[in-house]
Amino acid sequence: MELRTPIECKSLRDLKVGDLIYVTGEVITARDLAHTRILEHLEGGKPLPFEINRAVIYHCGPLMKFDGKWKVISAGPTTSARMNEMTRKILRYVDCMVIIGKGGMNVEFGGKGVYLSYTGGCGALASKYIKNVNGVHWLDLGMAEAVWVLEVEKFPCIVTIDSSGNNLYEYVKRKVDDNYKRLNRTQYDNLKFI
Amino acid sequence: MQFEDVVETVVEIIRKAETELSEDVLKSLKYAYKNEENEIARMNLRNIIENVEYAKAKGIPICQDTGLPVFFVEIGREVCLDFNLKSAIIEGVNRATKEIPLRSNAVHPITRRCVGNNPYIDFELVEGDELKIAVIMKGAGSENCSALKMMMPSDVHKIKRFVIDVVREAMGKPCPPIFIGLGIGSTFDGCAKLAKKALLRDVTIMNDFEIEILDAINRLGIGAMGMGGRFTALAVLSEVDSCHTASLPVAVNIQCWANRKAFAVLR
Repeated sequence: MELRTPIECKSLRDLKVGDLIYVTGEVITARDLAHTRILEHLEGGKPLPFEINRAVIYHCGPLMKFDGKWKVISAGPTTSARMNEMTRKILRYVDCMVIIGKGGMNVEFGGKGVYLSYTGGCGALASKYIKNVNGVHWLDLGMAEAVWVLEVEKFPCIVTIDSSGNNLYEYVKRKVDDNYKRLNRTQYDNLKFI
Repeated sequence: MQFEDVVETVVEIIRKAETELSEDVLKSLKYAYKNEENEIARMNLRNIIENVEYAKAKGIPICQDTGLPVFFVEIGREVCLDFNLKSAIIEGVNRATKEIPLRSNAVHPITRRCVGNNPYIDFELVEGDELKIAVIMKGAGSENCSALKMMMPSDVHKIKRFVIDVVREAMGKPCPPIFIGLGIGSTFDGCAKLAKKALLRDVTIMNDFEIEILDAINRLGIGAMGMGGRFTALAVLSEVDSCHTASLPVAVNIQCWANRKAFAVLR
């Protein structure tokens, strides 16, 4: 399945947990400080220098190099949970959005978004799917925290939180809790080899 | 041996660690891919292996979190150093940061202002005429999931429980499949160092004690990237040292799948 930007909000309903999808178009990177500043703008009624409505936000602090123009060296995902609180607030200002990150989030999208996972640590491979750096905003926040506008082609992700609220990470956590309870005393406590 | 020899060696081992995984680490990742049945875990492992191959071919860092450099340096008694070894290592790190390039990851802990890539360096005096330098480029996602506990001496049998609990608490955060450095004994600070140093070992060679803990961890089902699967950890690597009769320090140092380490010997 392919997802193109800007997103058709209705199409998000077709995405289900476990689906492999390929993202094509513009994605914008944002992590902790960029989220803080996006919220300052939204809450203060100031226009943003980039579009977040129907956008794909990538939780990523890329490693970039300037060679006459900006080039991506390595751009894997960062831990999304740090953006939980701020994402809940940003969602009020958009029709829909898609987030790419790692580790999952504790956010109820209420039909307005989906969360996609890309394999953590695979920053080098990610650069292969990034065809161009279309722009950069707020570089004063530093290379990792700035907002980079990246053009991606067939960026492979897995749907891990869908618009109806199904969450793969929560499902795995429940299974891990069960498996943990099932570790009997011998497996858990006893060390045979001492 | 000159200042410049050390600088160049440091640049080279950092480049090696950042752009290609050592054979043992790659071998264990491929083993996991071959034996994993969960489809999503397999996709993650396939991405990981493809990523490693791509980084090596292009000579670029495997992960954008290029880590904090951690050095273990052994100085042979007969080595003559007519220069400041620490300065040479720092110079090597600075040059590697520009050349490879690396992200400047070190900040002041309170102001959070960037201070470049200030490395952690451990020096040890040994016999012989060699200068051995080992480096681990340590990412923060996994470092943050590590833990240390001053256990009761009578709770030796609970060491395994402690390791399992640390891994379960971490879930997908440290980018599994992980490698676990386990330090047992020594002092409060010493056991943490043992755990870190254990990560330098060949990950394909474990003793029965380590395999027993590894098997229990992999029953949890956290899997690659915390999305479920058989392989949560690929190795438990322990180092043991004597401790005070009233103490049992235990440290668990978690390393992500990108277990980036490299070594060099200078004469």
